[in-house]
Amino acid sequence: MLLIKYTLLYAMVLMLVALGGCFSEHSGIINIALEGIMTIGGLVGIAMLVVMPAGTSNSVILLVSIGAAGLSGILYSALLAFASINLKADQTIGGTALNLLATALAVVIARRFNTGTQAAKLSYSNAPFIYNIGGLTVNIFLFIGIALLLLSIFIMYRTRFGLRLRACGEHPQAADSVGINVYHMRWWGVLISGFLGGIGGFAYIVPAVQTWNFEVGVAGMGFLALAVMIFGQWKPGRIFFAAMFFAVFKALANIADSTFLAALGWPKEIYNMMPFIASMIILAFTSKKSRAPKAEGIPYDKGSR
Amino acid sequence: MKKTKSPRLGGGNGLLTIGASFVCILIGLAFGFLFLMALSWINNPGSSFGFIVSRAWRYGFKPIIMGGFYLPPISIGQEIAAAAPLIMTGLSVGFAFKTGLFNIGAAGQYTLGAFGALYCAIILGLPWWACLIGASLFGAAWGAIPGIFKAYLNIHEVISSIMFNWIGLYAVNTIMYGGGTGPMYDASKTKTWNLRSLYPDSVIPDLGLGVFFKNRSTTIAIFLAIAVALVIAVVISRTTFGYELRACGYNRSAAKYAGISEKKSIILSMLISGALAGFGAGLYYLSAVAEWRPMESTALPAVGFNGIAVALLASSNPIGIIFSALFISHITIGGSLMNSQYFPPEIADIISGIIIYLCAFALLFQTMLSGRGRKKNAPPESPPASEPPAEDGEVPGKEANE
Repeated sequence: MLLIKYTLLYAMVLMLVALGGCFSEHSGIINIALEGIMTIGGLVGIAMLVVMPAGTSNSVILLVSIGAAGLSGILYSALLAFASINLKADQTIGGTALNLLATALAVVIARRFNTGTQAAKLSYSNAPFIYNIGGLTVNIFLFIGIALLLLSIFIMYRTRFGLRLRACGEHPQAADSVGINVYHMRWWGVLISGFLGGIGGFAYIVPAVQTWNFEVGVAGMGFLALAVMIFGQWKPGRIFFAAMFFAVFKALANIADSTFLAALGWPKEIYNMMPFIASMIILAFTSKKSRAPKAEGIPYDKGSR
Repeated sequence: MKKTKSPRLGGGNGLLTIGASFVCILIGLAFGFLFLMALSWINNPGSSFGFIVSRAWRYGFKPIIMGGFYLPPISIGQEIAAAAPLIMTGLSVGFAFKTGLFNIGAAGQYTLGAFGALYCAIILGLPWWACLIGASLFGAAWGAIPGIFKAYLNIHEVISSIMFNWIGLYAVNTIMYGGGTGPMYDASKTKTWNLRSLYPDSVIPDLGLGVFFKNRSTTIAIFLAIAVALVIAVVISRTTFGYELRACGYNRSAAKYAGISEKKSIILSMLISGALAGFGAGLYYLSAVAEWRPMESTALPAVGFNGIAVALLASSNPIGIIFSALFISHITIGGSLMNSQYFPPEIADIISGIIIYLCAFALLFQTMLSGRGRKKNAPPESPPASEPPAEDGEVPGKEANE
């Protein structure tokens, strides 16, 4: 039961963030800043939980905190969009900078909330997010995640917007020649990924624990989500299954102490390592037939041939 | 691999590059000051503007810009001790940039280097120079793996380096901790054994520097780092070997056509990068500045990522890296000297984060500085080189920072 609980939890996080990466990369922007966007989303969402007065009704808490997480993700990703689309900066370097900046910002702000101690920890109540269905503990993000997954598939493959977005990632010059504004589409792609990444970061921290130390950011989840996206071959449906697969490993790391696996006597770090090793092995096998958007990572220049 | 190559970046006009770096630094510092002012305003709501500015200046900004000179000579010694590993991680990232690779894995290679250094010192009891070699070997191995993935499987080095960063961190922590009874682990202090008291032969000698700076951690490490930087400068721009590596970075296919073994070059570049980062970890831990804390090291060492800032600020020039590393270590030490009652030391990290962000479009500043920005509103980078689209499985777009 515990395994299912944590698998579902992490699967939704990885899926949301990987979907975010998917939107961004289909528009042609490599979003390596997902880790930082998650950190900011988690920080702002939790800050909302901390500052809201005790008597606030549950629905308001959910709406405000999740909305704030998504919104902050959008705002933070705008930094990446501005640098990489308008200023044509190197997307990988810009993203790396935003990752570093996010952790530093989160630590500084989290320290602000604990005037007495100096620790970068925030404590909060996650009761409004948790439901019990027949003995299985699930959290609100399961429903949000499924809804956003279906919405993403619809947008990506059944709307004009999705088609145009993908065109900008495959061949921006061709897209431009038929009147699509490549810069606008790329902005949309990055902002959507910021929204999903922000919610993902919040979904990673809140349901599992009631106190979080922001010195670790989100401990590599954003990068794992990138691996999920690659394993999912940039397709939302496949990303769902890839996320499930990775989440099992991640969940094992969490519960290894309390199950039959404890008898093996392996340290927790082994399980923490597993998703990363698994993703390297999978990458090694799938790299030859990759379906990556062709134009990702290249700043779009109207004048180039 | 597709390149958005920029002929002008560092291409001869050194003054322009330095000017752009200074613009980055100034804007970064300005943002840092704004943050300090915001924090002091939150701490003392309703106080006058002058009070906020003076408080942000006296307890925050002044220590940051004075850095090691705030509390001499001890903090100068600290600054120098902290600069040595930074020079090395900066060289690691910069060397990879020069050869067209983005070594975001310096943090992981540094972690492995720390393990190698401490293993050679504590378990094997080797002298310090042998421990340094050990550290470099471990770092080199950890750098070579993403290189192999890149050369043979065409997996982008950024993705695989990130994965191996975390794998390395967890592996090193597990082995050092050893379930609480590992031979390298001092359970009573929850960190690895103190080198200075137990293995004095493994500590890098300080030749009197420690007495001068009243800080025993200030060893000759800084001179070793500078020496390596000079060697790298010669290798990269004055030897055939360096030329081959750079050629691969510019255009993999063209290099292959010219008879350069491009797979070997990629692996060697990453291997050398890793060795440099590992050497840096050796310089730090064998100077006995600190011990490794396996239970608390849940995040990758910041010096690995600061190496990116160092390399970018210097446009990957090995000589420039010496100075930019001194600068980053200057503001980091300054951050730690701030009055932590008012301001958290991570302000320095924010500043270096902003600087990296600005460096990502440093070319824009160069264009503006050179006065050509207004005339043609063209993008600062030249169009993508006319190469075939990226091979499958790659996340392309790394810019050759030459």
